[in-house]
Amino acid sequence: MRSASGLHEIKVGEAARIVSIEGDDAVALRLMEMGLTDGEVIEVMGASPFGDPVEYSVRGYRLVLRRKEAERVQVERIQSQLTDRKD
Amino acid sequence: MSGSARTKTIALIGNPNTGKSSVFNALCAMNARIGNFPGVTVEKKLGRYQFAEEEVSVIDLPGTYSLSARSADEQVAVDVLLGRRADVPPLSGVVVIVDATNIQRNLYLFSQVRELGLPMILVLNMWDRAEAEGIELNVDELQKRLNLPIVTTSAHRRQGMDQLREAIRRLDDVPKTTFTEIFPSVFSEECSKLAELCKREWNQDIPWPQIRRGVLDVGGSWEQSQEQQFGNRFRDQLAAVRLRLSEAQCRVPAIETRVRYGWIREVLDGVLRQRPERTFTLSDRFDRFLTHRFFGVVFFIFVMLLVFQAIYSWYEPITGLIEGGIAWLTSLVEGAMAPGAMQSLLVDGVIGGVGAVLVFLPQIMLLFFFIAIMEDCGYMARAAFLMDKIMTRFGLSGKSFLPLMSSFACAVPGIMATRVIDQRRDRMITILIAPLMSCSARLPVYVLLVSAFVPKKVWLFGLIGTQSLVLLLMHCVGVVIAIPVALLLKKWFFPGEAAPFVMELPSFKWPSAWVIIFRVWERVKAFLQNAGTLILLTTIVIWGAGYFPGDHTALNALTMQLDELEARSVDSNSEDSVSNEELEGSNAIEPADALLARINHEKSRLIEESYLGRAGKFLEPAVRPLGWDWRIGIGAIASFPAREVIVATLGTIYSLGGDVTDTEEGSTALQTALKSATWPDGRQVYNLPVAFSIMVFFALCAQCGATLVIIKRETNSWRWPIFTFIYMTGLAYLGAFLTYQLGSLFVS
Repeated sequence: MRSASGLHEIKVGEAARIVSIEGDDAVALRLMEMGLTDGEVIEVMGASPFGDPVEYSVRGYRLVLRRKEAERVQVERIQSQLTDRKD
Repeated sequence: MSGSARTKTIALIGNPNTGKSSVFNALCAMNARIGNFPGVTVEKKLGRYQFAEEEVSVIDLPGTYSLSARSADEQVAVDVLLGRRADVPPLSGVVVIVDATNIQRNLYLFSQVRELGLPMILVLNMWDRAEAEGIELNVDELQKRLNLPIVTTSAHRRQGMDQLREAIRRLDDVPKTTFTEIFPSVFSEECSKLAELCKREWNQDIPWPQIRRGVLDVGGSWEQSQEQQFGNRFRDQLAAVRLRLSEAQCRVPAIETRVRYGWIREVLDGVLRQRPERTFTLSDRFDRFLTHRFFGVVFFIFVMLLVFQAIYSWYEPITGLIEGGIAWLTSLVEGAMAPGAMQSLLVDGVIGGVGAVLVFLPQIMLLFFFIAIMEDCGYMARAAFLMDKIMTRFGLSGKSFLPLMSSFACAVPGIMATRVIDQRRDRMITILIAPLMSCSARLPVYVLLVSAFVPKKVWLFGLIGTQSLVLLLMHCVGVVIAIPVALLLKKWFFPGEAAPFVMELPSFKWPSAWVIIFRVWERVKAFLQNAGTLILLTTIVIWGAGYFPGDHTALNALTMQLDELEARSVDSNSEDSVSNEELEGSNAIEPADALLARINHEKSRLIEESYLGRAGKFLEPAVRPLGWDWRIGIGAIASFPAREVIVATLGTIYSLGGDVTDTEEGSTALQTALKSATWPDGRQVYNLPVAFSIMVFFALCAQCGATLVIIKRETNSWRWPIFTFIYMTGLAYLGAFLTYQLGSLFVS
């Protein structure tokens, strides 16, 4: 098994699988409520022009997190499965 | 409302960005009342409609991702659902609104509401878009699995609304949602134990849904109030419950999300055939452009300039119309009534006050027109995404940018626009610093003083001049001061309230015209209902303070004479020489110019004698260190309803008649009067440091009744407008004092 890293370390266009969310305070709970649960795949869509926050794709919707919150999400890198949709 | 009709109360609940407001608006049309939930800053939207002999009142709960209440919005939603709010009647049922294009995450809240035991309807909104995106959902099968009625709607096109009304009508026939436990048995066992304990030890009958939420919500409001009542005994018991759950692999709070998302997966298995989750959609393609390092920023600046231009100058023709109407009404009353207290009350108090309210409408409408478009199409979230990094430096968030920028035109719509900020702390700080942004009402004050006292020098072929530099400087004063104020407010008044920043980027869509119209209408209505009357009252009170207790008989007589003279001169124009002779015959009437001068002198005497004037004189020792005489003091006090009033007040005090604000010549006359004003010992009152001291004061002060009233409405408490007034007046005084004292060192 590859070693886990923080979600903030994943680059635009890459994908990762969520391993765990650190802590059990309000931030951690909100992240889990938004669908960031163990085993979910999360993809980095793009960053704000000033580098922070970053846009992610999870459970079929687009979510924005600041670096500070993203650091709480432990992930392992996987192959991006992003498919281009023709419409 | 017919007496025989049955009434029902229904609550709408859903995640943000699910089109919940559109469903509410489509159900109730224009029959909505907007207020505040007592005691909190949460907006309360109530509507009603009639369908098939039945009167239904609808309560639109704030958008929320979860019932695990952490924000005031979520707490209100939970309290209403659990029947804990005295101001909301018991619910006949709940309508949960879900974004059909994002079912997975949306069902999380649904699964929480489902356990409250209320009759429920599930609405799959944005159904048209789900179909367009190729999402296939077996509604019949889902209905069977969840054992409740499901309605598919496209509320922004008003589709499916009658089906929803019909489902609400038949709500009583629906068997109450049978409760099926989705949590591991150890969880419900522990909950029962805690319930028994509360019963045994404190004789409390805690409803089942409440005890479950209580165990799950670490640090929640139920837990807090229980601890307050029963102290350590309760705290230890609850901690023990959670410890045992943790040992049984059910760690709170993680267990809740794990169980619910697991349940959602099961429920949707074989029912939902979604496109592959990870696809690059058209909306994503837009996003790559709109959040692009270069193009995204350029587009953002363009949009913001457009909005600013609209509320800074496009509103003028409409405002002109309103002002024209007010002027017409004024002349009508003046013609119909003899001069006196009643006439003055009507003209300067009531009509002036109504004008003071209406004058905000064009800017409010324009700003909310743009906000509604940006919110409905999805750009608002992108704008916040772009600005977030910069705004967090000042302790705010990306969503604070638009309200603050709008406040440069006018703080009233700006503060109303803070509604887009969903985090309470960021919203409060934005509201409290918004009045520091230099609004357009300060401009007349700057222009008057700058053109009178700042020596005119230009460089670079007229591109840069001293006067325009000073104008720019005055606009920067507020911003520069606002930064430390925001940081200190955060530190002192809202410490540790940091809510996690998570924001959804809804996919782009075409804005719907009627959603936009409704949003604008909603804001206008809220402004008139809640703020209008208070602004009107403020104007009347200040009018009274400026009118009484002086004796107006001399002024009234002079005004009558002037009217007579004017009437005659009109006659004389038409009847030529005959009446001219008549006119010469009556020596009692003075020439118009002399009359006007006497009238203006009377007015200046009366304002000096009024309560306002007395207050100004009383305060003179306090304003002397700012380099001001009592006249400027009166001007500053009288401008409480609106800053720009000081120009007119100074005009009255210096006996210049009413119209100093608009005409070019009037301004010059006032400027001349200011330049020649002296102290009793003959020194000039106004010099450069004094002019700057006044400008700095007006840049920082809260002399705007409407702003304070709107802060009261938006924060639902008098505490914050009073706080704002005190801190801004303090800053203004300090700023003016330093400016004058330091300035005097250099000038003299």
